[in-house]
Amino acid sequence: MSEPDNGGITTAPMLTVRGLRRSFTRPRASPLRSAPRVHALRGVSFEVTTGQRFGLVGESGSGKSTLVRLVSGLDRPTSGTVHFAGREISRLPDRRLRFLRERLQVVFQDPTGSLDPRMRVRDIITEPLVAQRHRDPAGRLVELLADVGLPPEAADRFPHQFSGGQRQRISIARALAPRPAMLVADEPVSALDVSVRAQILNLLSDLVQRYELTLVFVSHDLAVVRHLCDTTAVMHDGAIVELGPTRRVYDEPRHPYTRDLVAAVPTLRRALAGATASDLVRGSSLAEEAGADPTTATGAERTQP
Amino acid sequence: MSGVADHGGGWNGDRAATEARGAARTVNASLVTGGVLVATVILTALLSFLWTPHDPVHNDSGARLLDAGSPGHWLGTDKFGRDVASQLMAGARITLLVGVVAVGIAAVVGTPLGILAGMARRGVGEFLMRVNDLVLAFPALLLAIMFGAVFGAGTLTAMVAIGIATIPNFARIARGGTLQVLSHDYVQAARAAGRRPVGIALRHVLPNISGLVTVQCSVSFAIAILAEAALSFLGFGTRPPTPSWGRMLQESQELLFSAPALALWPGLAIALAVLGFNLLGDGLRDRLDPRLAERRT
Amino acid sequence: MTAPDPTEPDPRPDGPGRDPVLTVTGLSVGTDRLNLVSDVSFTLAPGERVGLIGESGSGKSLTALALMGLLPEGVHAGGTVRLAGVDGNLVTSSERALSTVRGEAMAMVFQEPMTALNPVKRVGDQVAEAMTVHGRVRDRSAARRAAVGLLDRVRLPDPAGTARAYPHQLSGGQRQRVMLAMALANEPAVLLCDEPTTALDVTVQARMLELVTSTVAESGTALVFITHDLAVVATVCERALVMYGGRIVEAGPVGEVLSRPRHPYTRGLLDASDLTATDERGRLRTIAGSVPAAGGFPEGCVFRNRCPRADITCAAVPPWAGADSGYACWHPVERDE
Repeated sequence: MSEPDNGGITTAPMLTVRGLRRSFTRPRASPLRSAPRVHALRGVSFEVTTGQRFGLVGESGSGKSTLVRLVSGLDRPTSGTVHFAGREISRLPDRRLRFLRERLQVVFQDPTGSLDPRMRVRDIITEPLVAQRHRDPAGRLVELLADVGLPPEAADRFPHQFSGGQRQRISIARALAPRPAMLVADEPVSALDVSVRAQILNLLSDLVQRYELTLVFVSHDLAVVRHLCDTTAVMHDGAIVELGPTRRVYDEPRHPYTRDLVAAVPTLRRALAGATASDLVRGSSLAEEAGADPTTATGAERTQP
Repeated sequence: MSGVADHGGGWNGDRAATEARGAARTVNASLVTGGVLVATVILTALLSFLWTPHDPVHNDSGARLLDAGSPGHWLGTDKFGRDVASQLMAGARITLLVGVVAVGIAAVVGTPLGILAGMARRGVGEFLMRVNDLVLAFPALLLAIMFGAVFGAGTLTAMVAIGIATIPNFARIARGGTLQVLSHDYVQAARAAGRRPVGIALRHVLPNISGLVTVQCSVSFAIAILAEAALSFLGFGTRPPTPSWGRMLQESQELLFSAPALALWPGLAIALAVLGFNLLGDGLRDRLDPRLAERRT
Repeated sequence: MTAPDPTEPDPRPDGPGRDPVLTVTGLSVGTDRLNLVSDVSFTLAPGERVGLIGESGSGKSLTALALMGLLPEGVHAGGTVRLAGVDGNLVTSSERALSTVRGEAMAMVFQEPMTALNPVKRVGDQVAEAMTVHGRVRDRSAARRAAVGLLDRVRLPDPAGTARAYPHQLSGGQRQRVMLAMALANEPAVLLCDEPTTALDVTVQARMLELVTSTVAESGTALVFITHDLAVVATVCERALVMYGGRIVEAGPVGEVLSRPRHPYTRGLLDASDLTATDERGRLRTIAGSVPAAGGFPEGCVFRNRCPRADITCAAVPPWAGADSGYACWHPVERDE
């Protein structure tokens, strides 16, 4: 599945996910009925090779957040396996995941909720280093602040003294602290203003390149994934419905859900060319629900120049 | 232009509206009033070590039951001729001592218990909280009287009993706060950083629930003062001759009709101290509530 | 209708040539210490769809709340807001007078329907109440029937069943449709939508946008659509107002503003949101810095501390260039740039 664009060097998969399932038991609504089971993931398999930029696209409830938690060792699957750098991680207790914490780091969506409001930036960024008994956290802190474009004075401030974009820079600095090999970013730009989003995306691109990171980028925003990732997986209802090179998935979507998704995103170019809101819902299944006339047009045809 | 010092916000005009609300905030009256009352009690207690108008335990048979405003005894004397003002000042010590020790026991035991219940697996947490509810259902005064019967009545027994009976309040508050903290992504981030549960509890949970615990301390302090007064009144608290507001109240009981002022002064002192700690608790709640705290930035 | 006030000259006369349904002149919003919105003027023709574009802190939501008279405690408005068929200036109207206008002549759909709906009331009753409160329908059972009709109009599946449901039993998209049904209950002349699709998934958003445009077209309602998403504005609206730092910095037909912007902020916003355009190093174009906090915008031109074209002239507030379409900038982007 991966594109051979790394100079012909064959690379072993860094992350291998096989048949991953995760169900949750909801609290029972009535003592007479048994507690309902929610199947967040229904058998997901994929692999991410070293140096790949793997995009995971899905809407709310698609299971993408559950998947992020499983591959980063923050939750355990109901069944299936997750291998990171050849080692199975999904059955290990937290205290045996040190190798994972050093090599895989996560950037969360909400730059406010993911930073402890009572901690100074210095302590937030060096938290992985302190937890992993790094030799020189203070020295590394200076490098990290420079890496994400924050002034050294930022270290002594609290998160609420920063704008949304700057908070996400802090979050990225913390993730880079242990020099990870893989960065998992869960909707890192969804809560940001448009004018700031581009800055953070550029920063992520730069860092991925400079530190040769393998990236797993999760988003509901197709345009963002298209810009950043070489491979895209589309998730729907707890399963991956389509997986392939980004350009192929966007320009020639094969699964009907992918077609709907691609068609539903309003773009400036299409809108200025005269596309209206009813064109957005003209994907097959959406049109039925919306009561509009189903047409044969697919998202692929419309996105092609 | 200064890159760092601006704050971000959500998508809409929330931020502006928030600023506006902040501007409209008034000075927190309960915090100030409560703070002044509590400070008065503390200063009085400290002063009583250095100076009181008279020896609070000295019986002066020549000066029994003097009215308030008498020369040298501006709040009068009791049936043994002891100076009321001096007794009130010295009584503040016991009041504070009981409060500090009882609340200390409750906070030091209850808070970690609550955090543990919040961070443990769901079943374990639920079990701990049901045990907690059982203790909570047991009246503090009854426990203190039982302790008094078993270990002998006294200030120490009263303090320990009140402290133990207050543990569940802290455990419950701490667990609620812990569950709320755990729902934040920064806890996930800390796990991803390699923090162990103990580290998460100390570095993230405890600082973030400290506001809640502080408020609970202040409110529990008021309850402890009241409980000590009630116990001393019943004869299960501070033993004579140590001056205590509760016992002053009890001793004035038989003279309620001939010398009502003797009941008035300790009653007023208890009421103001309790009011002070309750107001302080309310004021701190407004100040330390995390939701309100975010607005204040 | 109402004669224009000679003391408040409107720099932007009506473009469309129809009698405007809403006329906003010199609207300002602020607290005792801060100016949050300054000098906002625009008109809305009957049935016109206008997009109010802005990032966080731009003042776009406050503008909408000021139009509805729903500003929070401690925030007050100045200027004039006139609604066709309603006497007087809405900004200075009493709460009583406003409450007859709200929901009747002017209605609003909020970003988060869960907080705007009453959680312990069936949605059918809430929609019915939107009608009975203005005396449009007196009979309660008739109002219930009409409510089901409205839920059907916003294309909720099984409208009768949905009417009996509580808000938490519905999905985000369904709740937003209920909000729309309530807003449309009295066929208002003006509908304000504040980021109504921001919290929704793209496929749900697509259906909601289609629904909003088709229902306002059916009823001839004028629409003010507030969003940060340029593509959404381009899809839904005919005209766009771009707000930054509490001011309208550019206005005009959507095709004009979003393809040949004159204000450097609009230009920057367009560049930053286009994720398909990168420079030779594969980098996206950005706007320097970040949006200042409320009250932190510079004097003069509000954009000058982030603007690549700013110079000493920009310390003075730039005058509005143009009429209904126009911009507020000393150094506008040339048409062919």
